[in-house]
Amino acid sequence: MKSFFNKFSGLKKSARSNMITLALCLAAFGFVTAMVATGNASRHMKSLLVPICINIILTVSLNLVIGFLGELSLGHAGFMSVGAYAACLFSIAFEETLPVMVRFPLAMLIGGIAGGLFGLLVGIPVLRLKGDYLAIVTLAFGEILRSIIINLEFTGGASGLKGMPQDSTFNWGFIAVVITLFVVMNLVDSRHGRAIMAIRENAIAASAVGININRYKLMVFTVAAFFAGVAGALYGHNYSIMTAGTFDYNKSIEILVMVVLGGMGNIRGSIISAVLITVLPEMLRGLADYRMLIYAVVLIAMMLLGTSEKFMMLRYRLAPKRLIKRALQERQNRKDEKEARKYG
Amino acid sequence: MKKLLSVLLAAVMMLSTFTACGGGSAETETESGEKVLFIGGSGPLTGDYATYGTSVKNGATLAMEEINAKGGTNGYTLKVVVEDDQADPQQAVQAYATLMDDGMDVSLGGTTSGACIAITEEVKKDGLLMLTPSGSQLECTQYDNCFRVCFEDSNQGLYAADFIKDNNVGTKVAILYEKSNDYSNGLKESFVAQSAVNGLEIVCEEAFTDQSNTDFSVQLQAVKNSGADLLFLPLYAQEAAYVITQAASMELNVTFFGCDGLDGILEKIGEENKALTNGVMLLTPFAADSATEPTASFTKAYTAKYGATPDQFAADAYDAVYAIVAAFEKAGVEPETEGFNEAMVKAMTEIEVVGTTGTMTWTPEGEPDKNATAVVIKDGAYVAFQ
Repeated sequence: MKSFFNKFSGLKKSARSNMITLALCLAAFGFVTAMVATGNASRHMKSLLVPICINIILTVSLNLVIGFLGELSLGHAGFMSVGAYAACLFSIAFEETLPVMVRFPLAMLIGGIAGGLFGLLVGIPVLRLKGDYLAIVTLAFGEILRSIIINLEFTGGASGLKGMPQDSTFNWGFIAVVITLFVVMNLVDSRHGRAIMAIRENAIAASAVGININRYKLMVFTVAAFFAGVAGALYGHNYSIMTAGTFDYNKSIEILVMVVLGGMGNIRGSIISAVLITVLPEMLRGLADYRMLIYAVVLIAMMLLGTSEKFMMLRYRLAPKRLIKRALQERQNRKDEKEARKYG
Repeated sequence: MKKLLSVLLAAVMMLSTFTACGGGSAETETESGEKVLFIGGSGPLTGDYATYGTSVKNGATLAMEEINAKGGTNGYTLKVVVEDDQADPQQAVQAYATLMDDGMDVSLGGTTSGACIAITEEVKKDGLLMLTPSGSQLECTQYDNCFRVCFEDSNQGLYAADFIKDNNVGTKVAILYEKSNDYSNGLKESFVAQSAVNGLEIVCEEAFTDQSNTDFSVQLQAVKNSGADLLFLPLYAQEAAYVITQAASMELNVTFFGCDGLDGILEKIGEENKALTNGVMLLTPFAADSATEPTASFTKAYTAKYGATPDQFAADAYDAVYAIVAAFEKAGVEPETEGFNEAMVKAMTEIEVVGTTGTMTWTPEGEPDKNATAVVIKDGAYVAFQ
């Protein structure tokens, strides 16, 4: 055990932080699974598990674009819809021939590839753009996709796609979350990740030191869109109907809200805020008519507090790491004092 | 050290409240020893489609209050809860789960078709009776325990095409429909299919989407050029109100023909434009201005309570609650006992309900058997078609 701790503290700071994030996720998964297994989870809580996984994947992947590359993309729901439709159409076609254990991972993979392909497709023309312009183009792209889906026959048109097998479970969702975290964290920590962040800090300087900006932008877009597609596949297989209207720009904005609330470039924050924003409107059901109003007020309050300096100071003072450190320090001081008195 | 302790205590306190939240919701069954029949549903109470969900909630609540005022049913007090789902399948399933936690006995399903279809999957697993007031797509009743009060979309288009042909209301028909709306699409498709069967001539098909649902001048010009004498509007009242006012300013001389979605047009078009609705025809099971019972007393009570004329959604929900009560009385089985759900589903096919949307019986497939009557608007009032 001691050697594990020694090894752990010997790791890079970012690697340590990543391990903590994964461990927290595993603990949460274990806790929830135990609750469900012992019958302590309400039906309402169980119905939220898969949506939570979906939102975590969406938030973490969008954070890659917004937080690490520093570009504002509002088309994440569009990539999600491509993945969702591709995966669901695949599942409907192979419902009889393939068992779930083969079909669903394949469906998620297909959803991811379809999303990634569109990410690449959109990425190429928008490479020239940045900032507000990129945001507008990606927003338009999402709306174009939605219109196309509504007008196509095989997607079910306006009335939606129906009849997909209900394959999404919390376990599958959790596996997808872990893979997403693993890939995104490792990408961020790698040489590529440092290049991506260099582009965010100063694109001209980055290209001056030989970083291929276009290549990295495309890479980020594709990876983010891939995971959006996986999230879409999870979403599509969770309900018996899927309409294009779900994937409008409001959905993209909702994901953006989760990213901003969790902190740009902060993966653990993204996870926490995704859970919070998914659960919050459902926890407020008791308020009936005021639900959406209070939800909005709470969102505003969280955003204000999250950026307020005083609150950040308070949070810093109350951070568990610091509290423990201080407590240990105090103990050490007292010990030292005692020692000093003994010999003094 | 003190600080650390206080933070720890606060954390423990928060944890305990959270766990209390998780487990403390399944105990609402016998409030003060009263026996309760719990009917739960969901609909968009906020967001773009809030009017539909609110109408359903109001209609169902009114029915509940009337029944409880008369002393309930079989010794049971009625409890109706309509949760918000924003017409979204995901939220509809979550709303359904909340209601199940609270001990729901019978489900009203969803208000909008998409939300309702998502719920049917859950209802299938739980086996309880679902009677949706207004989920009109075919799949809303895809399982044996799912029923509906409104007409199925494709039936309406079929009735409309037959009615126009049989009564010679028009010879050259134009259609204006909303492509991004499933209700409008479903009606249009079945209308076109039936026209091909009975030989009704369709001269023009124009469409719009929810992104462009206020200005129809282009589409109406095309209708005018096609020389149509009847314009079929498989729309909801708001869009139809825009169409009729804009058609008047373009001097388009056609007969307007709509289905149940057009109900409520008199209110939506406004006092100053009411004259324009003269001659508009509707094929609908519900007309708020009808003098027959129970529609007349329903409209009176609804207007008094909510200050608005009831629409199709409110009437369907009102009928749904009465139908569930009728089935409950017929089944005669106590809620939460073995065989309650099966008995309720069986009773649904055996009852006859005289409701605000007509006299109804149900087929085992879950479809209502009732008449659609054609009405014409004359001087701001609905008159039966002669």
